[in-house]
Amino acid sequence: MSIFDRTNLSVSRRGFLIGASLTGAGLVIGFRPQPVAAQAQPFAPNAFIRIPPEGKISLVMPAVEMGQGIYTAVAMMLAEELEVDLDQVVLEHAPADPKQYANPLLGDQITGGSFSVRGAYEQMRKSGAATRIMLIGAAAREWGVSPDALKAEAGHVVETGGSRKAAYGSLIAAAASEPVPQDVPLKPASSYKVIGKPAHRLDSPEKVNGTAKFGIDARPDGVSYAAIAICPHFNGKLRAVDEKPAMAVKGVSQVVRIDEAVAVVANNTGAARKGLAALSIDWDPGPSAAIAQAELERLMDAAIDGKALPHINEGDVMKAEADNGPVHEFIYRMPILTHSAMEPMNCTVHVRPDSCEVWVGTQIMSRARQAAADVTGLPLEKVVVHNHLLGGGFGRRLDVDGITLATKIAKQVQGPVKVTWSREEDIRHDCYRYLNYSRVTATLGADGLPVSWRHRVIGPSVMARWFPGFTKDGVDLDQMAGAESPYGIPNKQADFARQEAPDGMLTGNWRGVGATRNIPPVECGIDELAGIAGVDPLEYRRKLLSNKPRLLGALNLAAEKAGWSTALPKGKGRGIAVAEDFGSFAAMIAEVTVGDDGKFKTDRIICAVDCGLVINPDTVEAQIQSGVVYGLSAALYGRITVANGAVVEGNFDDAPVARINETPPIEVFIVPSTEAPGGIGEVGTPGVAPALTNAIFAATGTRLRTWPINQNEIRRV
Amino acid sequence: MQGTASADGVMPYDLSVNGTKHAVDVDGDIPLLWVLRDTIGLTGTKFGCGIAMCGACTVHVDGQAVRSCVTPVSEAAGKPITTIEAIGDTPEGKRIQQAWLDIDVVQCGYCQSGQIMSATALLAANSQPTDADIDAVMAGNICRCGTYPRIRAAIKQAARG
Repeated sequence: MSIFDRTNLSVSRRGFLIGASLTGAGLVIGFRPQPVAAQAQPFAPNAFIRIPPEGKISLVMPAVEMGQGIYTAVAMMLAEELEVDLDQVVLEHAPADPKQYANPLLGDQITGGSFSVRGAYEQMRKSGAATRIMLIGAAAREWGVSPDALKAEAGHVVETGGSRKAAYGSLIAAAASEPVPQDVPLKPASSYKVIGKPAHRLDSPEKVNGTAKFGIDARPDGVSYAAIAICPHFNGKLRAVDEKPAMAVKGVSQVVRIDEAVAVVANNTGAARKGLAALSIDWDPGPSAAIAQAELERLMDAAIDGKALPHINEGDVMKAEADNGPVHEFIYRMPILTHSAMEPMNCTVHVRPDSCEVWVGTQIMSRARQAAADVTGLPLEKVVVHNHLLGGGFGRRLDVDGITLATKIAKQVQGPVKVTWSREEDIRHDCYRYLNYSRVTATLGADGLPVSWRHRVIGPSVMARWFPGFTKDGVDLDQMAGAESPYGIPNKQADFARQEAPDGMLTGNWRGVGATRNIPPVECGIDELAGIAGVDPLEYRRKLLSNKPRLLGALNLAAEKAGWSTALPKGKGRGIAVAEDFGSFAAMIAEVTVGDDGKFKTDRIICAVDCGLVINPDTVEAQIQSGVVYGLSAALYGRITVANGAVVEGNFDDAPVARINETPPIEVFIVPSTEAPGGIGEVGTPGVAPALTNAIFAATGTRLRTWPINQNEIRRV
Repeated sequence: MQGTASADGVMPYDLSVNGTKHAVDVDGDIPLLWVLRDTIGLTGTKFGCGIAMCGACTVHVDGQAVRSCVTPVSEAAGKPITTIEAIGDTPEGKRIQQAWLDIDVVQCGYCQSGQIMSATALLAANSQPTDADIDAVMAGNICRCGTYPRIRAAIKQAARG
C-alpha cells in the first residue's frame, strides 16, 4: 500500500484552510486505495498533522524530497512524539506557504543547505507531542479519568492498567476542543523508539515500481508538450526563426517565440523535439559572443594578486610571515561545474486569464510561486504551485529560472503546457558553480607546525544575488565558509576577491556549498605543509585539531577504520581530508593505486561522520555515499568550458559523471553523538577531491592543484 | 508492425505494452520513450539524456533491455514491450524490486526505473553476475545520487534469491 495519499485531498485541503489563508493548497502525491468519508473533517492541530476519523494519519512535509531522505526523517520525528508507527502514516507535500512551512532556521520555505533536519527537529517533535497531549486530554475527558492514567501507543490512547483503548481517529472531535498546549515537554533521547533506529525509506515503494510522480510526470488534463531551445549565448536573444519546418511535423501545433528562446508545442514531447530539431534558429549572440574560457581563466588568475575584501584577521599574519619565513604559497584552481540532476529541468504551467497553476519540483516554493506571479502579472494568491518529488536537486532547483521561462511560454499556449528541457539545454543553462581559485600562504614554526595561514578566496558571490543577507560588507559569507581552516594556527587571515562569471551566465548553489569550495584548498594546503614539515599527514592534523574535538573524533575513527598505520605496497597511497559543514563533521580517507602510466584507480573511500544525534542511521550512510559519489564525479570529470559566449559541453558524453564501474567501495562509520542533529546532505561531498589528490601524492609524490584530476599530470617523483 | 489506416491516411503503430495493445498515431521515428510517457501515459520510464548515455529510459523490447529514448516507435511496434510498471510480473523483476526495497537503494529515485530494468535484464541473462558483470551492464545507467554501492549489493542479493 502506498504511503502517499491522494484520496483525501479535498478533505485535507479543507482542514488546512481552517487555520490559514492560502490558495497554494497542498498537492498530495501518490495514491491511497481506501476512501475517506466525504464529510469527514480531519483533525488538524497544526500545520503538519492531519488525523482523519479512520485510516492513516497524514503528515505534511515542510521540506521537499530530492533523495536526501527527509520525508522519512521528518515522519520519524513526528511519529516519535505522536506515538504512531511509520506504517500508520501517509505523506503530503506542503503547499507554498512560508507562514506555516518556512524552515525555522532559514525564515523561508527552502530545502537546501542541509537545514531540513536541523530546522525540523524541535518543531516536528513539539508538533507531535502537542497533538498527543490533546488526544490524551480528549480521552481523559470522555472517560472521566485523569490524563495521567492514560498513555499513547501506536496510534491509540490506552488506559494504563485498564482495559479502555481508543484509536486516535475516534477521538478527533473531542480533541479539537482541547486547548493547544504551548509548553510541551519532549522525550529524552534515551527513550526514543523511532528516532535513531534504521528505518526503511517511506518513498521506496513508489520509486521502485514506477508510480512516483516527479515534476516531469505531471499530466494535467489537456496538457501539451513543449521542447525548448534557449539562446546558447549568455544574454543572447532570438533574432528570427521560420516556423514552417516544425509545423510540418506530425503532432506539432505551435511554435512559440519569446525574447531568449523558441519552443515547439506538440501532442507529445518526441514530436516537439523533432519539430525543434527541424528549425534553423537565428540567434543574436549579443555582447558576450567573444567570451572564451582562456579569458575567464586569465581574469581569475589576475584576481589572485589583486584587491580583496577582508573577512578574518586573527593575530598578526604579516609579522608571523616576516618572523618565520620561508613563506609557502600554493594556488588551487577549481573548474566550472554543472549540477546535472538526473531529472532534466522541466515545468508545466497553465496560464488562465485570472489564475495560474504550476506543476514542478522545486527546492524553493515561495520563489517558485512568485516567479509565476511576476511573469503573469497575477496577484500571488492567484498562483498555485503543485510541488512534486525532485529528480535530484543539488542546488539546481534552488533557482526558479526554469519556472519563469515555462510561464513565459505558457502565456502563449492554450491550456497547460509541459516544457521539458533537453539534457543539452540543462547543461548549457545551469546555475553553475563558477570558477573558484584559492591562494593559500603559510609559514611554519621550528616544530614544523603552521604559525600563519592566509587564504585568498577568488570567485563569484552567489549570495549577493541569491541570499544577500548572507553577505557582510561585500564579502560572501558562504564563499568564505571554512576558508580559515579548522586548524589551530595562531595567525590567520582570509579575504575575498570577487570575480564574477560573465553577464548572463547564472551562478548558483552546488552540493556542499561554501565548504565544497574551500575544503579542497584547505585540506590540500595542510597536506602540503605536513609534507614540507616531514610529518605524517594524520599526525600533523591531529596536532592541529585539539580544539576541534568532534572533527578530531571523526578523524581518529576514519584513521582506525582505514588502517592508516599499516604500510601500503608501492604505487598505492592514502589521502585524508576533514570537513566541517552545516553542523556535521566528517573525515575521509581515500586509497588509490597509481599505475606506471600515471593512470589511477580509487580502491576505497572511508568516511567517518559525526552528525550529532542521528535520526535514521540508514539515511546517514546513504547520504554520505551519495555525497562521495557526487564529489567523485566532480574530482574526476567536472569541467565546463566556455567558447563564443556559450557553454561548450552538452550531454553525458562530453560532460561525463561517475558510473558504477568507477565507484569504489564507500565505507561509512558514524561517530555516536548526543549533540543536536547536523546536516548530512552536504558533508560527504567536499572532502573527496582533496582526499584523492592527497592520496595520489602519497602514491607518487605528485601534488595536483587543479581539478578535475588530470591523469597526464601524475608522475612518480 | 503497422495497423489500419487512420483518418488522415497515416498508418498508426500497434504497440503491445505490458500486455495491453495501443494503437498510436505518431511518426515512426518518434522515440518509444515519448510514446510511452506522453501518448500512453506510462510515466515510470524516464527521460535523462536523449542519446542513450544515461539509461534512465531503459525498457524491455522482446525481452532485451533497450534505451527507449533512441528506439524509434516503428522498431518497437508489434513486439512485446515491458516497462517498470509491469516488470514485477517477471520472476527476475520481482526479485530485483524486492532487493531494492530491502536494501533501500533509492534516493531521489528518478533513475531507478532504468536501473531496475537494466538489473532485471542482467539477472535474466546471468543468474549469478560477478562484480565485473554488474559493472559491464550497469555502467550504462547513471545515478547522480550515487546509489551505486547499494545497486551492486541489491543485485547480489536478488541473485542469491
